[in-house]
Amino acid sequence: MLNIVQNKKIWFTISGILVGLSLVAIAVYGFRQSAEFLGGSMWEFQIPANQPSLATVQDVFANTLKADGSTVTFDSTNNSFLARFNIIDEATHQKYLSEAQTALPSFTELSFSSIGPSVGAGLKKNALIAIGLVLIGISLYIAFAFRKASRPVSSWKYGWVTLLTLFHDVCIPAGLLAVLGRFSGVEIDTNFIVALLVVMGFSVHDTIVVFDRIRENLVTHRGKASFATVVNDSVNQTIARSVNTSLTLILVLLALFFVGPADLHYFVLTLLVGVTTGIYSSIFIASPALVLLKPKNEL
Amino acid sequence: MRRHPGLFLTIIILVAIVSAVFVYPKGFGAKVQPWHLGLDLVGGSHLVYQIDLSKVAAADQDSVVQGLRDVIEKRINLFGVSEPQVYTAQSGNQAQLIVDLAGIKNVSDAISQIGQTPLLDFREVDQTPSTTQPYIYTNLTGEYVTGAQLNFNPNTGAPEVEVTFNPDGTAIFAKITAANVGKPLAIFLDNQLIESPTVQEAIPNGKAVISGNFTVATAKTLVERFNAGALPAPITLINQQTISPSLGADSLNKVIIAGLVGTLLVILFMLFYYRLLGLFAAFALVIYTALTLGVFKLIPITLSLSGLAGFILTIGMAVDANILIFERIKEELKRGLPKASAIEEGFRRAWPSIRDSNTSTIITAIILYFFTSSFVQGFALTLLLGVIVSLFSAITTTRLFLRTFLKDAPRATVKPTTI
Repeated sequence: MLNIVQNKKIWFTISGILVGLSLVAIAVYGFRQSAEFLGGSMWEFQIPANQPSLATVQDVFANTLKADGSTVTFDSTNNSFLARFNIIDEATHQKYLSEAQTALPSFTELSFSSIGPSVGAGLKKNALIAIGLVLIGISLYIAFAFRKASRPVSSWKYGWVTLLTLFHDVCIPAGLLAVLGRFSGVEIDTNFIVALLVVMGFSVHDTIVVFDRIRENLVTHRGKASFATVVNDSVNQTIARSVNTSLTLILVLLALFFVGPADLHYFVLTLLVGVTTGIYSSIFIASPALVLLKPKNEL
Repeated sequence: MRRHPGLFLTIIILVAIVSAVFVYPKGFGAKVQPWHLGLDLVGGSHLVYQIDLSKVAAADQDSVVQGLRDVIEKRINLFGVSEPQVYTAQSGNQAQLIVDLAGIKNVSDAISQIGQTPLLDFREVDQTPSTTQPYIYTNLTGEYVTGAQLNFNPNTGAPEVEVTFNPDGTAIFAKITAANVGKPLAIFLDNQLIESPTVQEAIPNGKAVISGNFTVATAKTLVERFNAGALPAPITLINQQTISPSLGADSLNKVIIAGLVGTLLVILFMLFYYRLLGLFAAFALVIYTALTLGVFKLIPITLSLSGLAGFILTIGMAVDANILIFERIKEELKRGLPKASAIEEGFRRAWPSIRDSNTSTIITAIILYFFTSSFVQGFALTLLLGVIVSLFSAITTTRLFLRTFLKDAPRATVKPTTI
């Protein structure tokens, strides 16, 4: 049997370092927000015949189209270019299109979006409200579901620990995206927020499996074993199912990551990292944290 | 169900087969009801317009927004897009009009036609020579126009547009013309002065003739637009997302392959780890997939890329309940229970954790659905329905499989390790 509860200092240290690094990355680098949040235009296109160099395309956007604040990147996985510039109206879009087709023969538009800044602000606000509501909803539910497991640790503490693991599981993929934003230009959009919310839902999913066993063992072992022993037994009894339930999701996510559409790439990556972190936290963080929260005078 | 598990299982399998035929994109299913696919999979445009309600009284805003929606819908139907979606949304205190045009070829044409507002209004002319504001707004606007027709001036042969007012408009028009006999009355289209003819006499019949510098073609478009209805409030395009059909088809193709690969990986894992029990879970998963897609198509849900992604995630989650149950069954077998009792105990005892853990996903999906825009809503909806169907699948379908095929063997031959 793995002595997970006793070695809690090791696990807390590992998590502390990872969460700390993530928070520093978020604080220092911040997130690179997409046009969806800030407002602006995104234009995805291909130039299949005689594909020019990225520098050539950048030059066309800066000097021929004179697009305001334009940056162009190249995505080698599906041979497409992505240009970003300030918001333009439909007439300008058409003008750019005809100019681009003259300057770059075989220019093929894949997608175009132009989003006003007010839309992005609204989306961001709603996303933050959704995150807040999910946090509140889940912790209330946990406190309710574990209301019978109130000794020696009150059901509210199960809720608090769940929030702690949620924070842990969301922080690490968010930190990764901040690092990717700084070094590979990865942007966050609504999909990123959705991924974090799904990670939250799933993180709790795993934690509940362990907590449920603790709840059950507390009833059957009442007075026979210390709380720490009950928790450690419970984690060991549920470790296989905890890993397996997440593993099936990870298998599906891997399929989406490697053969799925490019649009979902970072959405799936955020989920993959979050779900993997979730396996770790439900086993090594959630349960030892419960033991820490136990009042000293109780068994 | 306890008495006749085989019968119930057969029913579920039959329903799943019917559902599979129904959802298969070719043949019978496509004839009965084709799939509704989102813009990001078939290509098309998602347009968001801001509605300017600053000149509309608070009490009338709802009806103006509704009227606007109807007018735009009529206009879009004029240029023949299949199943256009026009709906309004409230974003903060701003009203928005959202137009989804699937599979449209010439987006820029569509955008210009939707956006063109025949914002018609009549203004009195202040003839004081030194005035800086010669035009005085009247309350006669395009809102009162019921129809228009193309005429030709009997003297010059030039095309003219004759607009007809409704009774209210007729009364206002009569009053304005009566007050302005001998003076010019300016006609504005989209805030552009078209002409300011001199009023000869009061016009009581509710018909006004506009004879700007029209060609036959421009006069015709104007007539069409008036007949579709003038916009009761101005709109501005604030957000457009256009996806080419080839990109959409590519995404659809890739997401389907990813879904199949993912399902296969999950099935292989279940077979490898849980052997015989895994086989039942695999069957249950296939049934789950057929049933869920059937539910999606029956409702019907418009499947977007994110919606399909949400569904594929639920494939990874659908076996979770099975895993919890199987692990529990293994434990009960280790404790020495006979197979049948171990199975029943496994289901019974795994239930609280299945219920609690899925509730958190359901909470997340519901909140996502109510606090996000259309693209994410598809994801939230498929996730929510998927989790609900998966609960049924993991618990009912798998249990029926086990009850049907794993009857109690004589106690002596039960070897817990073989299951």
